[in-house]
Amino acid sequence: MEEDQINLFRTRILERKPLRIRGGSSKDFYGGPLAGDILDTRAHAGIVSYEPTELVITARCGTPLAELESALAARRQFLACEPPRFGGATVGGAVAAGLSGPRRAAVGSLRDFVLGVRIMDGEGRVLKFGGEVMKNVAGFDVSRLMTGALGTLGLVLDVSLKVLPLPAGDASLRFEMPQDKALAALNRWAGQPLPLVASCWQDGVLTIRLSGAQAAVAAACASLGGEALAAADEFWNGLREQSAAFFAGDAPLWRLSLPSVAPPLESPGDPLIEWGGAQRWLRGDADAAQLRQAAVAAGGHATLFRGGDKTGGVFAPLQPALMEVHRRLKHSFDPYGVFNPGRLYPEF
Amino acid sequence: MVQREHSAEMAQDFAGVDRALLLADLARILPAAALLSADEDLKPYECDGLSAYRQVPLAVALPDSEAQVVAVIKACRAAGAPIVARGAGTGLSAGALPHPQGVVLSLAKLKKILHVDPVARVAVVQPGVRNLAISEAAAPLGLYYAPDPSSQIACSIGGNVAENSGGVHCLKYGLTLHNVLRVRAVTVAGDIVEFGNQALDAPGYDLLALSIGSEGMLAVVTEVTVKLVPKPEQAQVIMASFDDVMKAGEAVAAVIAAGIIPAGLEMMDKPATAAVEPYVKAGYDLNAEAILLCESDGTAEEVAEEISRMKAVLETSGATEIRVSQSEAERLRFWAGRKAAFPAAGRISPDYYCMDGTIPRKRLGEMLTAIYAMEKKYRLRCINVFHAGDGNLHPLILYDANVAGELERTEAFGAEILKLSVDLGGTITGEHGVGYEKINSMCDQFGSDELRAFHAVKRAFDPEGLLNPEKGVPTLHRCAEFGRMHVHGGQIKFPELERL
Repeated sequence: MEEDQINLFRTRILERKPLRIRGGSSKDFYGGPLAGDILDTRAHAGIVSYEPTELVITARCGTPLAELESALAARRQFLACEPPRFGGATVGGAVAAGLSGPRRAAVGSLRDFVLGVRIMDGEGRVLKFGGEVMKNVAGFDVSRLMTGALGTLGLVLDVSLKVLPLPAGDASLRFEMPQDKALAALNRWAGQPLPLVASCWQDGVLTIRLSGAQAAVAAACASLGGEALAAADEFWNGLREQSAAFFAGDAPLWRLSLPSVAPPLESPGDPLIEWGGAQRWLRGDADAAQLRQAAVAAGGHATLFRGGDKTGGVFAPLQPALMEVHRRLKHSFDPYGVFNPGRLYPEF
Repeated sequence: MVQREHSAEMAQDFAGVDRALLLADLARILPAAALLSADEDLKPYECDGLSAYRQVPLAVALPDSEAQVVAVIKACRAAGAPIVARGAGTGLSAGALPHPQGVVLSLAKLKKILHVDPVARVAVVQPGVRNLAISEAAAPLGLYYAPDPSSQIACSIGGNVAENSGGVHCLKYGLTLHNVLRVRAVTVAGDIVEFGNQALDAPGYDLLALSIGSEGMLAVVTEVTVKLVPKPEQAQVIMASFDDVMKAGEAVAAVIAAGIIPAGLEMMDKPATAAVEPYVKAGYDLNAEAILLCESDGTAEEVAEEISRMKAVLETSGATEIRVSQSEAERLRFWAGRKAAFPAAGRISPDYYCMDGTIPRKRLGEMLTAIYAMEKKYRLRCINVFHAGDGNLHPLILYDANVAGELERTEAFGAEILKLSVDLGGTITGEHGVGYEKINSMCDQFGSDELRAFHAVKRAFDPEGLLNPEKGVPTLHRCAEFGRMHVHGGQIKFPELERL
């Protein structure tokens, strides 16, 4: 049955016509314009293996992320990088998009948790890279190259992810403070041995999440002060899933990935700041060129995350030597340009 | 000159490199002291930390600026000559083994710490900076660079990037990959490129992840931005004895199952403790079949809580003796034995060969039992130290290179351990890299389609295959030859290739 599904994928791929790989359609908004016939991954689903004592789970691409996460929760473990579900995201889609949630600055990104993948390349070959162990330096790190490639290098069939135990202690605190003070505080605290795992600044309020050993969380709460936040899970989930009020409506949503110490950027409206200052969201019709330039000048980059005018590209342009490497990598994994054309860059 | 494109099938032939012409070109780029070509000067570069493999290069270039690195690479490319980048030369997989027609490009003179930012918690360093020097520079700020390979006194950050080096604290703090934000590098075309940036991610494909662990085969690193993390307030280590290696292996799984991620979780078997104890007097239990070192770090409250939980798990798992370090001096003494395992092996045996497979944790006991059987089969002793927390094994096979046949038996012993690592669901190398040493074992781990894909990745960066050729990824021809010697379970792994 699994083999039948793999053969179906192969048949479609070998037709050499553009395909748009789709799991839960939860991120159709993300990346360049959609093109090609839909290749639905959801029939290739299910958890292949889960070994709590190995801290590893392997699942097929079409597995709903929610299903994988409930299997982990049943054993008091979780995906610490918190990839968004945006409704019905699948494991394959999460890996292709490579997005991470509120804890990212403290625990690492989804890419950091990918241990291995099985993919189908543009010639219908099934290739396996990485594995199910934490340390593995045999061959180039193709598993992590696939993460965030938006499906342009191949169809991700199965993924092995590192998982972590759920922390015993958890608390969220609020502080009233302006943006510059909040950025300074976040960078100062991140340099101290505190169990600080997530942060959000918006409209003059800084919210932080402490998570770890109970004693450490209690000690940090005592030393930092602030006001305890009720319904904390709901709050952090609102950020992870972008269901918080800030993200509502049709105004273009820009994502700025910056050094955490970058000073407040001039922008039309107030940003929402996560990741200790390293991820900043903006709403509205910003001047794309100006915004991109400001992000690069600050040491990062800007992405038109949702909505807006995509004709100028969604992701920050690459330096020519790197674009050439991208083209060559694309050509080697997908010589006939089958997978998600234009989804990452208009050039391929 | 016209170069043939790098191919997955056959190794390149570099016999046409014009030595005199290349040396003349390099002499125009580098001052005389930075270009070595006399036999006696080349000799120190003939091997890296794995001295079993030796080869004198055509020349050694020692640039002291990025501009010189660019110029050397361009000159080598014009001559069609291989370029073997080298850091501190402490690698354990012959990754920096010179090529006879190639230039060793030493990054040792690029050793400046350019910038340490206490607020952003990053350091910008040149590739020749020693791993430990970064933590030393950050120490006054209460910060450090987390990955701590055992060679950290000597190994360089450029080499760490090339190998994706680990250490004893990876389970909690990650590998080089998880602690580097940005790599600046020179391509074989002489372009300066940046993978990653000062933020937490970069647009496009994750070339930063791809470059880390790429063993000098994709680009030459000239600058690295590393993350610095706050130094834990406190650390404490438990030393637990077991009367059975299987039980010790199960205890490792039990600690993880209890929801604990120790800062370090190391295992040593009886021959290993017997080798190190007379040498460092760490106070190890010499009657134990295996000991575990299980460390907790963090705030004082966190450590106290975690140590008591770990202790309970180890007791339940059948530990015969448990000691908790009562002072920083005692903690360091417990660790000293583990850290001295390699030198201790050198003390009790003329030569030793260090393996580096990784397996799922739950199979540690099984692997050890198999290694004990291999000791008899190959008539060689082996002492075993493991990064048990992440399943990374370092069996040290003891041998004497002066006894005819011992090196060959050692290599066969090592290859069998690696093969078993793959069969148990693991990998042939956890942190030392493939280099030249494990290139045949790559044929055990990967099929021809994956190997072709690796060669294509290389070609995307280095179309002519000049950067560290014949390392890391075997040609299909090599695997066919190797397969002729090792036919697995009656199946031929490369059926499409003609056998010579």
